[in-house]
Amino acid sequence: MHLDSKSPSGPIEKRWDDSKFSNKLVNPANKRKYSVIVVGTGLAGGSAAATLAELGYNVKCFCFQDSPRRAHSIAAQGGINAAKNYQNDGDSIYRLFYDTVKGGDFRARESNVYRLAQISVSIIDQCVAQGVPFAREYGGTLANRSFGGAQVSRTFYARGQTGQQLLIGAYSALSRQIGAGRVEMFPRTEMLDLIVIDGKARGIVTRNLTSGRTEIHLADAVVLGTGGYGNVFYLSTNAKGSNATAIWRAHKRGALFANPCFTQIHPTCIPVSGDYQSKLTLMSESLRNDGRIWVPLKPGEKRSPNDIPESERDYYLERRYPSFGNLVPRDVASRNAKNCCDEGRGIGETGLGVYLDFADAIKRLGKNLVRERYGNLFEMYERITGEDPYTVPMRIYPAIHYTMGGLWVDYQLQSTIPGLFVIGEANFSDHGANRLGASALMQGLADGYFILPYTLGNYLANTKLENVAADHPAAKQALDGVDVLTKKLLSVNGKRTVDSFHRELGKIIWDYCGMARTAEGLRTALKRLPELRQEFWTNVKVAGENEELNQSLEKAGRVADFLELGELMCHDALDRNESCGGHFREEYQTSEGEALRDDANFSYVAAWEWKGEGVAQALWKEPLDFEYVHPSQRSYK
Amino acid sequence: MQLTLHIWRQKSAGARGKMATYQVDANEHMSFLEMLDVLNEQLISSGQDPVAFDHDCREGICGSCGFMINGIAHGPQRGTTVCQLHMRHFKAGDELWLEPWRASAFPVVKDLVVNRSAFDRIIQAGGFITAPTGNAVDGNTIPVAKKYADRSMDAAACIGCGACVAACPNASASLFTGAKISHLGLLPQGQPERMERALNMVGQTQEEGFGNCGNIGECEAVCPKSIRLEVIAGMNLDYLKASVVWRPAGEESGAG
Repeated sequence: MHLDSKSPSGPIEKRWDDSKFSNKLVNPANKRKYSVIVVGTGLAGGSAAATLAELGYNVKCFCFQDSPRRAHSIAAQGGINAAKNYQNDGDSIYRLFYDTVKGGDFRARESNVYRLAQISVSIIDQCVAQGVPFAREYGGTLANRSFGGAQVSRTFYARGQTGQQLLIGAYSALSRQIGAGRVEMFPRTEMLDLIVIDGKARGIVTRNLTSGRTEIHLADAVVLGTGGYGNVFYLSTNAKGSNATAIWRAHKRGALFANPCFTQIHPTCIPVSGDYQSKLTLMSESLRNDGRIWVPLKPGEKRSPNDIPESERDYYLERRYPSFGNLVPRDVASRNAKNCCDEGRGIGETGLGVYLDFADAIKRLGKNLVRERYGNLFEMYERITGEDPYTVPMRIYPAIHYTMGGLWVDYQLQSTIPGLFVIGEANFSDHGANRLGASALMQGLADGYFILPYTLGNYLANTKLENVAADHPAAKQALDGVDVLTKKLLSVNGKRTVDSFHRELGKIIWDYCGMARTAEGLRTALKRLPELRQEFWTNVKVAGENEELNQSLEKAGRVADFLELGELMCHDALDRNESCGGHFREEYQTSEGEALRDDANFSYVAAWEWKGEGVAQALWKEPLDFEYVHPSQRSYK
Repeated sequence: MQLTLHIWRQKSAGARGKMATYQVDANEHMSFLEMLDVLNEQLISSGQDPVAFDHDCREGICGSCGFMINGIAHGPQRGTTVCQLHMRHFKAGDELWLEPWRASAFPVVKDLVVNRSAFDRIIQAGGFITAPTGNAVDGNTIPVAKKYADRSMDAAACIGCGACVAACPNASASLFTGAKISHLGLLPQGQPERMERALNMVGQTQEEGFGNCGNIGECEAVCPKSIRLEVIAGMNLDYLKASVVWRPAGEESGAG
């Protein structure tokens, strides 16, 4: 298979404009003749559905939550980047582009990243117009804060609830279209298969989560904005319902899955405290602006943090990376925390944690200013841990947070199935092997508000679409397949709960395909995962029946997909014999312990093709060319 | 710690429900929902139907979760959703009654899960600023005084969980609706549609069957985001003014 990225040529700053001009348009009177399915209502899906409906398309929109306002984008805390240069500190579109390509460890497509940086400025304007209450200076202008991986201050924020406010903005735009009758909204509805007719994506099969009824929905194009697959780890910062089922089942219908092993471990989460734990809670990266990260100098330290004198503390990020200090990118910060714990210098009961200390910030800024900046995060920390971060340093540890991998898309955001577009975290797109903080919100909204509306129109204008009906054999076959799978899950009636399988899967992936990976460990995982999958299908116990709200059944289908996806992650990680960004193979590191890339052999996107149950997936490569940002050893020293 | 839970069990919207009693062994580090996870694992293993409850982010921001604990929406800790409530606030031997939100505008779907789509329809009626994608001006050309941006943000923090309705003796949605009206009405971008918004959103709350506000303040007491009653006053002012000055588009003489 030839993977054509459709990346335009010519000067990089003109590529998106040229592409927009050469895209065909759909005449306004004809737009209402087209129908589009959008799955997911996060920043990407919500903004896309609203914008497509504004343009005049008939939109059907789906989410598994009880309301489109609850998609997991809502939990993003810190902020959204934009190259506005309001701070006059040297920012520019080019610098945001440069930081993002470098931050991604040179494993992203330059054209896409440049476009993202260009669009970033329009996103802020759009959100302000919608009434997003961004933080302001006293004079009324927009405020900014700093974030990891950048030396300029370009992050816009709404307290520690930026994702919530941006999502409410997209949700309100979507609600306006629902109220106007231009979007038909299906909450509590989960996509369980993709319908492909004559090689084109023409619809989806859904299950109504309240009644259990499965249905066929047909359209002229399908858009997936269903988020990432971090929950393959069981314990992650994702919402409990976040899942990979939509993208995984599209993958099984022919959409290639790119860079599945590129997962992001976020350095500042609240450490795990027990085996009943259901999820991990992030503490915004923005805390690293003022908090100082340290561990005791000597292993096995038992004193409480406030009793350890300055001379016996190791502020290891400041020591190792003097120019970026506590603001190194996430992959670097996470790996260093892990190394300290491996040396026996980890803190807390489990020894898996490091301190994030605000004592100096409180001395410098006063408690009130610290409260104004981070108050809600401090409260959340105290609610969960019972400790007061104004007086005792926070305990933090890395946790899985975001997945850079996802369905492969070209510059038009179209997957390898014509008519199937993938946006936001669900695609593999713009972050390479490591995403910089405050860039996920930017990408989700760029895709939904400003890119997809152009590229989808181009597809519709250029494509001859036959009329299809729900009795088409391909639609019927997909529907039957979903019903068979549901019956199968309910009929195993074994001894182990779905959650117990999910926990075991997560532990395997975390141990062997987490922060540090080795060929040997990955081979161990690849031996254990098929065994676990087999046990799942012979010993899982799913409660209840199909024709009701059945959360146990919902989980079972998602875990079945995670079991397969986890295996692909390990194959991809084993195949990539280099370290880059979040993919750290212990065999490939510099003498200082940093990720050692192998550009001669691995400067490509790895895209995997489903070949059938129990058959090895085929690997296709999209080579990456760097015309503007010359790949170099990343240094934040 | 051993706890006794009395939980409302109702198989579906049309079915009759009743309280059922369970014993569960929790520890103080668990969140309340993790304690329910433990109960559900027990129930599934012994062939019983697990307790259905809405939840998603478990960080107190998505607004999915919520039920009554001993008659208090989201339980005893103020300013906290039930997913962020931890078991260290309870002690061994406690007896807890868990019930779904009670309001005719929020019909029960199953067990502790209710249908809150009425909230979505209130937003669809006017909880937005008409700002089609692509025609926005530079963000800094619309200055917003910090104090108004901050107050707008206070109101915008609403997570749409429905606790305010559940706590209100009248099952009024005034805190929810007032929060949205205040969030947008405090910003310059929200002015053009301000009157229409108040009329349409308040009208929709009545259509959905929510009751009227009696200024009792139970809503503020249970709101996990500590939204203040002043948003209801703001809503009432806008509604009153709009009732006097607003005319439907067709009755105004157009400017072209």
